[in-house]
Amino acid sequence: MVRKLSEIVLKPCVLKLQPEILETDILIIGGGTAGCFSALTIAENSKAKVLIAEKAHIKRSGCLAAGVNALNAYINPGETPETYVDYVKKEAAGIVREDLVLSLARKLNQVTQKLEQIGLPILKDDQGNYVARGKRSIKINGESIKPLLAQAVQNQKSVQVLNRVNIIDYIVRDQKVIGAYGFSLEKNIFYVIYAKAVICTTGGAAGLYKPNNPGFSRHKMWYSPFNTGAGYAMGIRAGAEITSLEMRFIALRCKDTIAPTGTIAQGVKARQINSYGREYVDEYQECDQVQDNIEISTVLRLYATVTEKREGRGPCYLRTQGITEDQEQELYKAYLNMAPAQTLKWFEQGRGPRSQNVEIEGTEPYIVGGHSASGYWVDGQRMTTLPGLLAAGDVAGGCPKKYVTGCLAEGEVAALAALRYIGSGSTNKDVRLEPGEIQDKLDAVNQFFRNEQGPYDLDQVEEAMQKVMDEYAGGISAGYIMNRTKLQLAAQLIEELLKISQTLSAENLHELLKIHEIIDRLYVCKVLIAHLEARKETRWLCYQHDADFPAKDDLHWRKYVNSRYENGEVKIVLRELVKRDEIYEHSD
Amino acid sequence: MSIRIDQKLCLSCGRCALVCPGGLIAQDEEKKAFVKYPKDCWGCAACLKECQSGAIRYFLGADLGGKGAYMYTRDEPDFLHWFIVCNGKSHKLTINKRESNKY
Ligand SMILES: Cc1cc2nc3c(=O)[nH]c(=O)nc-3n(C[C@H](O)[C@H](O)[C@H](O)COP(=O)(O)OP(=O)(O)OC[C@H]3O[C@@H](n4cnc5c(N)ncnc54)[C@H](O)[C@@H]3O)c2cc1C
Ligand code: SF4
Ligand code: SF4
Repeated sequence: MVRKLSEIVLKPCVLKLQPEILETDILIIGGGTAGCFSALTIAENSKAKVLIAEKAHIKRSGCLAAGVNALNAYINPGETPETYVDYVKKEAAGIVREDLVLSLARKLNQVTQKLEQIGLPILKDDQGNYVARGKRSIKINGESIKPLLAQAVQNQKSVQVLNRVNIIDYIVRDQKVIGAYGFSLEKNIFYVIYAKAVICTTGGAAGLYKPNNPGFSRHKMWYSPFNTGAGYAMGIRAGAEITSLEMRFIALRCKDTIAPTGTIAQGVKARQINSYGREYVDEYQECDQVQDNIEISTVLRLYATVTEKREGRGPCYLRTQGITEDQEQELYKAYLNMAPAQTLKWFEQGRGPRSQNVEIEGTEPYIVGGHSASGYWVDGQRMTTLPGLLAAGDVAGGCPKKYVTGCLAEGEVAALAALRYIGSGSTNKDVRLEPGEIQDKLDAVNQFFRNEQGPYDLDQVEEAMQKVMDEYAGGISAGYIMNRTKLQLAAQLIEELLKISQTLSAENLHELLKIHEIIDRLYVCKVLIAHLEARKETRWLCYQHDADFPAKDDLHWRKYVNSRYENGEVKIVLRELVKRDEIYEHSD
Repeated sequence: MSIRIDQKLCLSCGRCALVCPGGLIAQDEEKKAFVKYPKDCWGCAACLKECQSGAIRYFLGADLGGKGAYMYTRDEPDFLHWFIVCNGKSHKLTINKRESNKY
């Protein structure tokens, strides 16, 4: 249903957006992995109308654009949902919501079957069982995982997809979320979308820190450079509680192409070696905050590599020299299915992994709730602290190691909860904004078209933000380490950049998008810095390595660091750990 | 990291511009595609796979060790062919879409 607000008169300006009002039952923001699966779940379980607002096109948007390597979260024979929780808890050094991980682990295998039903090739043995890749992963051809999901969504009549619409803020009334504002990237339209419930699935945040390749290939990063933390930022601005941003995620990747290393490490069992050919990872076991001598943690592999390089024993490699020709061919293909730049690089160099080892490096830090625990603080149903707003996937916190299947599982949990919510009578479904309120928001957006080109453009603000974060908030050049003096400097500089960002000027819709992406990232940086400052220990090497408090302090810090943004200030809230069998509901 | 589009081969279908997850590709007055924001390319190759005419060439920036090689694809219902052109020689790698990775 579309209503034009003809009573609104707009001031003349270079380019201006015109308002359009839409209504739906459930609005899904971000048609990625979790968002598509939420939409499918709703369509298969109800007659509710669903609207997906996606800034790109759901066919290839988000993390899955190039394809993925494997399904990293699956309960193989011999494992159980409980052992999955044990593993995640260990990897996250205890700071997890075991209740959330468990509810997700119980659904992993069922959503995997669904993926197979919609056409995903999964390797099977002679008896028809999935072939284990590692303890908790299985082998697939993940190249077309996103087009398959998108097709399944498009087959549903009750789901409407608005591609190329960027959402910028929630509409909140009496503490409840009743929709969102956004704008089209194709037409000069400003959308006001009302919904009985909203599910946020915008993914995590890349591009906060100076990246590995800061020049021409600045977007050749691991995480999607187009996921710029919009969901976190909208939640922050609306006063939602956010958890564990300080648990950043830093990946160990192939140098330059930032392609995954797991395919080589697990596929051809390549070991990590330094420039002297020595296998170094085992030498670091006593540094492991995770304290487990059976499995080497993800972060230790990274920390060991970073330290070897800092102490002059780099470059570090995955030892692939001497693999067979067949293995080399399989690696070429596996990379084409998820990170094609790596295959091109081998050909370009005229030497494949059989004749040279693969150099590895740590990436810039990302905020990504599908790998670490950063994101919205949610209850067991994935409802945020703002009633009417649910969160799933990389944007939702408390639940690391979700990966693809975990995001699907969480999308399902949130979808079913949204249906219960809209059936419960507690929605603000008839509440609408006054035309004046819409006009104010629209004016604020159109202001970027009216702004004269000032001394600073988009690229300069982005570069400045990434430099501040790199040097003062534990980026690559700082060896991922920080202290309070640096964090305070970072906080001050980010505040100044937030002011400058309001003076940026846009000439077209794409530039308007880029301005909002920068502003969102600056908000995430601001809250991230406050979280890093709040945790006075070193809980995870690299992810949160605090030079002022270099040891883990279980006595005081087995807690969640949460925050709420109130009147321009980040208010830190420390919360006690939630138990595995607890049914967590928001109370204060 | 980025792509180049050979406008002589472009059929003006607009599919690449539609799927790019960053909205980086635009079309000119004749609907021929061009990369509007080359430095913002993620290298996901989504655009290549949409292109029926092999007009999109994927290359590594010099900062990633690029020396002039490029790739393009040809799509069939069950197969995806990748052509890697390097020092004047073309290498073809074919992926069976129904088969899963060995690793
Ligand atoms: C390169 C890469 C490789 C990976 N490989 C694997 C693997 O092999 N195995 C595995 O299990 N996991 C893998 N993962 C992890 C997994 O893919 C992610 O955790 C998961 O896909 C995230 O799902 P999501 O729905 O949270 O985010 P996404 O799927 O990224 O979806 C977010 C969506 O929101 C949209 N969006 C963002 N902001 C806005 C806005 N303001 N308005 C409207 N729309 C917006 C985006 O365009 C996107 O479509 C990989 C991740 C990456 C980045
Ligand atoms: S997909 Fe290929 S043919 Fe179609 S517009 Fe793009 S470059 Fe041209
Ligand atoms: S490779 Fe991906 S990011 Fe780059 S232009 Fe093509 S679709 Fe866009």
